Amino acid sequence: MAATTATAAAERRTRRSSDRAGTALSLGFVTAFLTVIVLLPIAALAWKSASKGGASFWDAITSPQGIAALKLTLVTSILVSVLNAVLGTVTAWVLVRDRFRGKALVNALIDLPFALPTIVAGLTLLALYGNKSPIGINVTFTRTAIVLALMFVTLPFVVRTVQPLLQELDPEVEQAARSLGASEFTVFRRIVFPAILPGILSGVALAFAKAIGEFGSLVIITGNTPYKTEVMSVYIFGRIESGDSVSAAAVAVLLLAISFVALLLIGAVREFSTRHDRA
Amino acid sequence: MTARRLPLRFVAFGYLAIILAGPLAVMFWRTFEHGVGPAWDAITAPDTIHAFKLTAIITAIAVPVNTVFGVVVALAIVRKKFPGKALLNALIDLPLALSPVVVGLALFLLYGREGWLGPWLDRHGIQVLFALPSMVIATIFVSLPFVAREVVPTLREVGDEQEQAARTLGAGGWQTFWRITLPSIRWAVIYGVVLTTARCLGEYGAVAVVSGRLQGQTETATLRVQERYESFDLAGAYAVSIVLALMAILVLVAMTLFRPKEAAH
Repeated sequence: MAATTATAAAERRTRRSSDRAGTALSLGFVTAFLTVIVLLPIAALAWKSASKGGASFWDAITSPQGIAALKLTLVTSILVSVLNAVLGTVTAWVLVRDRFRGKALVNALIDLPFALPTIVAGLTLLALYGNKSPIGINVTFTRTAIVLALMFVTLPFVVRTVQPLLQELDPEVEQAARSLGASEFTVFRRIVFPAILPGILSGVALAFAKAIGEFGSLVIITGNTPYKTEVMSVYIFGRIESGDSVSAAAVAVLLLAISFVALLLIGAVREFSTRHDRA
Repeated sequence: MTARRLPLRFVAFGYLAIILAGPLAVMFWRTFEHGVGPAWDAITAPDTIHAFKLTAIITAIAVPVNTVFGVVVALAIVRKKFPGKALLNALIDLPLALSPVVVGLALFLLYGREGWLGPWLDRHGIQVLFALPSMVIATIFVSLPFVAREVVPTLREVGDEQEQAARTLGAGGWQTFWRITLPSIRWAVIYGVVLTTARCLGEYGAVAVVSGRLQGQTETATLRVQERYESFDLAGAYAVSIVLALMAILVLVAMTLFRPKEAAH
């Protein structure tokens, strides 16, 4: 009896130590992989941006062309985020509550911008809104083109984050409110909106993060005119092409910082909504 | 009821038509405007075929690598306790928020002639930049999070009771993984693989920076689209795009089939 207990204990010990070895192995693999693929390149980027000193870093990110690109990026990304918040929510509502033929097809179509290469997205917009537009609308080389392209690539985010929350929401609660005399607006403001707000926020944050760094869909349709249609990613690409990798790196570090803030916001929203789920 | 729904339906349909369906329909029409012949010629041009082959090779390397990594990292995040977990979580998400151009530039600076690794690689005759290796690394970087992001919530949901039971009954770590863990997360893994594949096939910005865009050599399918456009061969650009769009539709079908029942995003 005592012998078997001792063997069992020994077995448990070896298993625990092999577990620990397994943990060490998998963490070692994960760390090594992330270091080589992600951390080392980003460190090289930060190093390069600072290689000519702080003054040159500051000059690079405050150059008039860079500032113009930063402003344009922020303004278009915020505008597109707001448009997404409204139109994405409406689309999610229609997909959940409305009844119409071909709903499954429309629902599947929402994900297409995720699956479609961004360069193809740009060309697709060019087909309808380019200089050979069959409806006579030509937006190429304008800021409208930037907004259209960003709306295309960010279309799924809010729809996909709001949709599951709307599905969970019981329509009977809304009917009860209505039967108690609440107006449509009150029902939306007091019942629907609070329930889907975490979805709207995280969708908007994801869309903003995507819009800030978008490149592929903008290359063809915006023409990349400095001061007019040149967003940050395109500006960085231009700096690389002209061999000015120090200022490219400086602006890239700035863009990385903005993306990182967006990422923290997404994390905060996720945290906020899971805490509310449990409450 | 209907009176309330109709305006919203109108807004949603209008939105989808203006942004998505309209442009897509016109692109399909434009591609085949002059019949199937010219489109077919553009698709079967040797450089185009080479570009698609290159995209296929890069995807075939990046997807398995990210699948293994995604599963391992998800297991570590959900099942293990270690310091710095929050940091690891944030790092996994980083490629989602990062501009592809920034990713490309970072690799360019690391492996370039003046970079940290460039001179050493140069001396040993290893070509990374403007060649397949940097394009593969760039693609792995941008498609890194998808498998992990799908597997993490599923692992949390299934819990570790079955795994514990298997361990108590004497199963080893590998055995438990292959017989218990993997079967319970397989749909999440498959869905993650579908998303990763889509991202790999469509990667443009990062690869545009590191590849050097040498026609017939380091030109992927997406780079080919731009090359055709810049050579004023709009029909050719549309034709290559259509093939990529058809691949995207295949991915979409797979997404609809494998989507987790409870969308845990």
